Amino acid sequence: MNLDISFGQYCEGKSVLHRMDPRAKIIASVLYIIVVFLAKNLWSFGLLLLSAAVLILASGISPKIILKGMKALTFIIIFTSVINIFWMKGETLLFSLGFVSVYLEGILNAIMIALRIIVLLIGTSVFMTYTTTPIALTDGLEQLLAPLKKLHLPVHEFSMMMTIALRFIPTLIEETQKIMNAQKARGADFASGSLMKRAKTLIPILVPLFISAFRRAEELATAMECRCYTGGDGRTRMNVLHASPKDVVLCILLVLLGMVVIFTNGLGGYSLSW
Amino acid sequence: MSTLQKTPIIEIRDLSYAYPTDDGSASSNALDHVSLSIEEGSFVSILGHNGSGKSTLAKMMSLILIPDSGSVMIDGKNMSADDVTEEDILEARRKVGMVFQNPDNQIVATVVEEDVAFGPENLGLPSEEIRRRVDEALSLVGMSKYARHAPHKLSGGQKQRIAIAGIIAMRRRCIIFDESTAMLDPAGRKEVMDTIERLNKEEKITVLHITHYMNEAVRGDRVIVMDGGRILMDGTPKEVFSHPQRLWNARLDVPQTTELLYHLKKSGYDVRLDIFDPGECAAEIAKALGKQ
Repeated sequence: MNLDISFGQYCEGKSVLHRMDPRAKIIASVLYIIVVFLAKNLWSFGLLLLSAAVLILASGISPKIILKGMKALTFIIIFTSVINIFWMKGETLLFSLGFVSVYLEGILNAIMIALRIIVLLIGTSVFMTYTTTPIALTDGLEQLLAPLKKLHLPVHEFSMMMTIALRFIPTLIEETQKIMNAQKARGADFASGSLMKRAKTLIPILVPLFISAFRRAEELATAMECRCYTGGDGRTRMNVLHASPKDVVLCILLVLLGMVVIFTNGLGGYSLSW
Repeated sequence: MSTLQKTPIIEIRDLSYAYPTDDGSASSNALDHVSLSIEEGSFVSILGHNGSGKSTLAKMMSLILIPDSGSVMIDGKNMSADDVTEEDILEARRKVGMVFQNPDNQIVATVVEEDVAFGPENLGLPSEEIRRRVDEALSLVGMSKYARHAPHKLSGGQKQRIAIAGIIAMRRRCIIFDESTAMLDPAGRKEVMDTIERLNKEEKITVLHITHYMNEAVRGDRVIVMDGGRILMDGTPKEVFSHPQRLWNARLDVPQTTELLYHLKKSGYDVRLDIFDPGECAAEIAKALGKQ
């Protein structure tokens, strides 16, 4: 078993999108999701595809990487499409085989659903994971949610937890690998046997991993306390986020895209049923 | 030793502590009536085998543990008095910092410079000031070019230097190193020791180095040997290591040069014991052999 996962999927780069304020990118992602769900006919989806292409170009990330990232979701895309083809009832019957009938509407629906998932994936991953470091995302999220502090929601604590979790993922992966090697050296077999048997072999990995994680947590807490950490109050930041005009422009562009999509929805043609 | 009439940065008076046991029965004292004062600007090594109380002492001085009896004074302020507030403890922690044994478990952020900034951010400093301190601290430990790296991709010695930078950036006057070199390979240990020495010599930061490596202990200007929760010996490295027998009794080593010279002396050669540099040691032996 190889646990060397490339974490976070962040792609180093110097594009406009990389340099944008993470807060703007989070808002942009939300707007983009709304726009994608507004699209109802092929015209609108054409427009969305175009916008996704523009996004990829603007991010400077090679389409190969994005295609690779989507491979994992190929199954979901195909599955939802196939279900749509066979389940949709429409007016134009194309052919029927026994109890399955395929309608033109079903095929159109399937294409649009597939496009919806693909565009959604491109949009959010280009805005968030590919061009924004996890730490910038947490930072952006903390500052966007800052008003909720007034409602006594633990916004700072949440983002601190995220940061520490991100920080310790590689450390714990390394540790898991070490424990697995140690158990292998004692004759443990992780690769064969029934599913139940294999699940059982995980126990001697998880128990030491948890114990060590708790020990680490305690040490880290002491170290943080020694560095005068007392929670979010009175804390300042080294890197203060500055929204620039281009961040505002990005959000405005997305609102405009939404309006255009509403307009093209009215151009006719088959309309997506949900 | 220069005895300037200054307030010691850390002063400990008649300190005792026993770790609580699960069943409430009395355990033996981890610290047994220890008194000691650390002068500002000094480089003190604390030696002792496992369980000698040296780490407990460090935890007392960084105010992680509260003593059962006796007092810890930081910069003239009694931190064990009943009226000590959270603010007082924070204030003391701004003066005395601590670097721990495991570099992995004291790094908070996913980017090196963000981690160094963690302490100053907690102090509520303006962001330009934090930026300045972070850059300065990173260049002091020689890690400037790794500022944007992820900590988990660095070596142990590099990680430990990042942890040190995080403490320097808070402008602490005293840094306690609690076996900070114990988990490192020889190269990493040398990196860290050179950094510690530079901080003491050039930045005049008081250093308290807890270790069980003898060749590290000789680099300070004072060595304190702990055994069974008490201070066994206290003096300059030359004074302390001139009595190898007492160190062996406390289940400790002596520097290899000292051990060699000790055996030569026992066999009747007239040699000094307080030499820690292999070159000087060779010269001393040559001299003694020449005389025979």
